Amino acid sequence: MSITRRKFLKQAGVAGAAATLPFSLVEISWGMGQKGKAEHEPFTFAYISDSHLTHIKGTRFTRNFDQGLRKAIMEVNLMSPKPDFVVYGGDLAQLGKPEELDHGLELMSSLRHPVRWVIGEHDLYLDMGKYWEDNISPLHYSFDHKGVHFAVLNSILTYEEWINQWSTPMERMLNMARLDNPKGSPFMVGEAQIQWLKEDLAKQDPSTPIVVLSHSPLYKIFKPWNFWTDDAEEVQALLQRFDRVTVLHGHVHQVLYNQIGNITFYAMMATAWPWPYPVSYVQKPNQVPKLTVFMNRADPFHERDATGWDILDLESGAITNHYQLWQNEYRTVAYDFKLDHPVDRKYQDEDQRIPPQRHY
Amino acid sequence: MGCMKVLTLGLALLAAATSVIGDEFTEEDLKRWRAEFMEVKEKGEKLFHSTMGSNHVSCDQCHPNAANTHPETYPKFQQQLGKVATLREMINWCLKNPLEGEPFPLDSKEMIALEAYITWERRDVPLAPGKH
Repeated sequence: MSITRRKFLKQAGVAGAAATLPFSLVEISWGMGQKGKAEHEPFTFAYISDSHLTHIKGTRFTRNFDQGLRKAIMEVNLMSPKPDFVVYGGDLAQLGKPEELDHGLELMSSLRHPVRWVIGEHDLYLDMGKYWEDNISPLHYSFDHKGVHFAVLNSILTYEEWINQWSTPMERMLNMARLDNPKGSPFMVGEAQIQWLKEDLAKQDPSTPIVVLSHSPLYKIFKPWNFWTDDAEEVQALLQRFDRVTVLHGHVHQVLYNQIGNITFYAMMATAWPWPYPVSYVQKPNQVPKLTVFMNRADPFHERDATGWDILDLESGAITNHYQLWQNEYRTVAYDFKLDHPVDRKYQDEDQRIPPQRHY
Repeated sequence: MGCMKVLTLGLALLAAATSVIGDEFTEEDLKRWRAEFMEVKEKGEKLFHSTMGSNHVSCDQCHPNAANTHPETYPKFQQQLGKVATLREMINWCLKNPLEGEPFPLDSKEMIALEAYITWERRDVPLAPGKH
């Protein structure tokens, strides 16, 4: 856990660079399209997700994952201009243990901004969210900020028969925690919460920008790894009457974005480790969005490669997503009002892309 | 001349005999070979999803279904190790670093089991030595 002076200076240097990001460069450059009618005060917020803090024994935690979260917190604290708030996107813990959640809260307590919490499956399946609800946040809720309506969902519920088949809570947790588990179960938002969302959204005008925060993607990418929400279409249907909707989700640990009708989807970075894209597993078909410009394969020799966090600014009712990729080129993905879908500002063009890495 | 004929005939007979013997495996053999492989692969699958090191990290956390392992490209020049390396050496690198554990002997049952699982999950990926 010791940190050398050289390491500290190196990390402080990176943080310093993040603090002086040229924000004049991130102004929306696509102009106001026909759907960008919403009037609200532009603002920024930060998004940290998927830290997977892992308890080893006593006061020992897996060093690598602690380091990822610490680095993100340090950089967010140095953001300029300051973010209005920070979203934590879920999977704070690896196995939902109180030790892990407490440790996460302790690390997050050094963040100088208010936090909006989203629960992940790794936080939920040990006690079905009790510790989270008692100590961290409600499992679903909504709030308004400068004319934008945010709805936070617990999108990682699943079928009762799956939940009740295990002999111990830890057995259930371990089975949900394994991504490639053939005995896994797809995620769900569930009828009760869909009803709640319906009532929550009923009060909103169609021109109000809507941002939905969920841990799992609210569309279907790859079932064998549970990049999947079974009742996603029911949620999407409730969002259809709005001019502009953005869904921000964690869980997939990679650069990923999509457009379905009026809904823009962004996956956010993990601080712990990157998942491969499902296309890299040839045994099963997948539905990774064609819009996405992939991030390069992570170099295992750099433990922070292909991990990071996100700065989001909300203008014209659409989000501009600045992927803060440690060890990689930063990426900005913004909504293009002419094309009606998000585009990578630098790498959308085939000729502009970073050549694939071949040496790992 | 006569000697050469005998030799040629002898070689032809030998080739014929070898090919006959080579073809003599049965459905039973195939079943057994497959079962033996799958048993070792299952052991590898268990290891791959267990915490073999000291920090509760398992291989599948970065490599679900052994994705991004690329056994079809080894042996290859592993830039970070500075030499042409085998898949087994890369498995040991992962054991020592992300998993903060001890390496397996290269010919150990555990190592062969891990290699069998990884190779099975990556079947049908085109063989491309030196790439990735």
